[in-house]
Amino acid sequence: MSVKILAVDDSASMRQMVTFTLKGAGYDVEEAADGQQALDIAKGNKFNLVISDVNMPVMDGIALIKELRGLPDYKFIPILMLTTESTADKKQEGKSAGATGWIVKPFNPEQLLATIKKVVG
Amino acid sequence: MSIDISQFLDTFYEESFEGLDIMESELLNMDVGAADDEIINTIFRAAHSIKGGSGTFGLSAVADYTHIMETLLDEMRDGRRQVTQPAVEILLRSVDVLRGMLTALRESEELDSDSISASQKELNDLLNNNDAGSPATGSDVSSSNENSIIPTDDVTPDAWLIVFNPHRHMLKTGNDPVRMFRELATLGEISVESDTSLIPAFNDFEPEDSFISWKITLKGEITRQQIEEVFEWVEDDCDFVIQPIVSEQSAPASAEAVSAEPENTQEEKVETKATAAPKRAAGRKSGGESASIRVSIDKVDELINTVGELVITQSMLGQFGEEEEFTQSHIEKLRDGLAQLERNTRELQESVMRIRMLPISFTFQRFPRLVHDLSGKLGKKIELKMSGEGTELDKTVMEKIGDPLVHLVRNSIDHGIEMPAERLENGKSEMGVVHLNAYHQGGNIVIEITDDGAGLNKDRILAKAIKSGLVTEGDVLTDEQAHDLIFQPGFSTADEVSDISGRGVGMDVVRKNIRSLGGTVEVKSKAGEGSTFSIRLPLTLAILDGQLVSVGGETYIVPLVSIVESIQVKQDQVNLINGRGEVYKLRDEYIPVVRLYHMFGIEPVSETLDDGLLVVVEAEGQKIALFVDDLQGQQQVVIKSLETNFRKVEGLSGATILGDGTVALILDITGLVSLNRTSAAPDLTVITNGDVAA
Repeated sequence: MSVKILAVDDSASMRQMVTFTLKGAGYDVEEAADGQQALDIAKGNKFNLVISDVNMPVMDGIALIKELRGLPDYKFIPILMLTTESTADKKQEGKSAGATGWIVKPFNPEQLLATIKKVVG
Repeated sequence: MSIDISQFLDTFYEESFEGLDIMESELLNMDVGAADDEIINTIFRAAHSIKGGSGTFGLSAVADYTHIMETLLDEMRDGRRQVTQPAVEILLRSVDVLRGMLTALRESEELDSDSISASQKELNDLLNNNDAGSPATGSDVSSSNENSIIPTDDVTPDAWLIVFNPHRHMLKTGNDPVRMFRELATLGEISVESDTSLIPAFNDFEPEDSFISWKITLKGEITRQQIEEVFEWVEDDCDFVIQPIVSEQSAPASAEAVSAEPENTQEEKVETKATAAPKRAAGRKSGGESASIRVSIDKVDELINTVGELVITQSMLGQFGEEEEFTQSHIEKLRDGLAQLERNTRELQESVMRIRMLPISFTFQRFPRLVHDLSGKLGKKIELKMSGEGTELDKTVMEKIGDPLVHLVRNSIDHGIEMPAERLENGKSEMGVVHLNAYHQGGNIVIEITDDGAGLNKDRILAKAIKSGLVTEGDVLTDEQAHDLIFQPGFSTADEVSDISGRGVGMDVVRKNIRSLGGTVEVKSKAGEGSTFSIRLPLTLAILDGQLVSVGGETYIVPLVSIVESIQVKQDQVNLINGRGEVYKLRDEYIPVVRLYHMFGIEPVSETLDDGLLVVVEAEGQKIALFVDDLQGQQQVVIKSLETNFRKVEGLSGATILGDGTVALILDITGLVSLNRTSAAPDLTVITNGDVAA
């Protein structure tokens, strides 16, 4: 069974890069451009991992994490925040919303893959 | 594996330019003093995305620069900083600088370091200026762990003892202890003991909570920091102690962390795999420039649908080839099939064309800034209205119409709209209005620039035209003809050339550029009430709806949009004027007759007007009647350039290939009209006007 990952970012280039990197490593990837879109896609699917940007229009990453943790399928799956806001308060906000961890931008594809491998093997 | 991140740069540039446009328009929208949170957040988000992307894609100069903007915007967003007009102006300027940086990087040109550092200084000054009471900025909380006992780490020990006691909710953050053990196992040899003593009785058991704690021994040359990194995400969701084991005897476990004695212990061996992730920076190479276009999924779906239908039609037609006999009933089916094929082809063509179509808002969006800057500079009060922004046109046409439009808008602001005092004097509101409007009409897009300014001054135009020899004293010109003079080469009404719309580029260049796109520009104006410039452009440069006409043995194509009507000639309506040209009296108008065979030097079927037809065409408000032998059908033709395949020919705009394989030439109506005007116009003007007045 292939590992399904949902990548959420309002920036098309970041989505492209994340998707390209993860697909190249054999993961099954879907994209969403904001929290609401991600939530809609997540509801109809079972992802093994969600990677989400924090600052996005419509619904931000923190709100998305809270919503996802309320869904039975997403209670325990890893959710990573993808963010430039490496300051402690943003991480803290994400953690208390239920985030598993974070990947700090800027990162390169290798760093991304290394982190993903840690989480989903 | 190394991934070439430069392949994402095109997308990054595209979305960054979009982001900058958003920043610009929102900055212009911003109500200084009472700024809307959502607006500031939108601006912040755009800067933030550019910063994140530029860092990731290796454009550090952009990342550094955007960082200052972001910090500034962040403070505004949090309410720590007031949004002032000077701050908005500085941010607007920094949008320009950033746009310049990104453009230079995309084109692999050198960065304009002077303007960048000047702008950077401006931003920094603003940032440091009223920075009082914002200690939070940049105060990074160190990631060192408060729970851990910090011994002196001068020597790397042989092994570590880690006591790991997750809080009950830890699993709900998606952090799996096994995952962490696996990660630790990549560092060295690991053995894990679990303590299950805290697991409650079955009835009290909460399956979603974590009750187990662990004691981990990790052997190998490992630093404390490496271990802490593994626990980085959970440092607030657990208690953990990291202790070095220096000698062979194991150090006593910290009692504070693990409260109960391990009773039901079981040993878990986790396989050790040393898979150190290679951290090579992906090599950057400057990718070849590739123009890209963003297409909505709808348009692509439509295209796929049409292709699907085409395949069905093809297979339907393909059946005929397989049948042995061909009967009458087959012919009917064949006809149906061909009709369907025609429909499919047209739909396919339209969907493909639509992919190149973009809303005119891409061009319009630069105007709020332009109007903002210009009105500030000139001390005029101007409101910019825009409508029809969703009207679509071909990308190539759009790119080329930008400059002429800017020129016309500058012109309206500079020469059209009056100073506030003058407006008040004339009983107008202080605030002038410039209105940009776009809509589709037939196969054209019409863009109008309307101002409620002073309007064109006919007397001044005439005086100027006489002085520059464009008309002679005593000529009678209608308002339209007089207004049209402003598009003549060498004409400029501005008493002195200002740096706003002067710049040595006149309206004649605007008209020339628009004509080269197969379009027209006209002006309607009323003194004291304002002017409207209308630009009419074909939606696409590639395809044209044409009327096929025969002249001698040749077929020519007349663009359908230019045709007013086609008529049979009544000989008594034809007059000769001063021995120079024929005119045809159609209702109350005299229309010059252009004999195409004469113009193109072909042997006609008949030289008698009664035997043929007159096709009345119009360009730039002027009509001419083309004498042809006969009309053929109407069809869409694909335009092939004469210039690239042969050379430019006056009166022709291109060529096409007809269904039977022959080449047909496409008439350039605008060119024909002006050809006719240069040879016969002066006399004609006088007579036409005299007649109308009578």
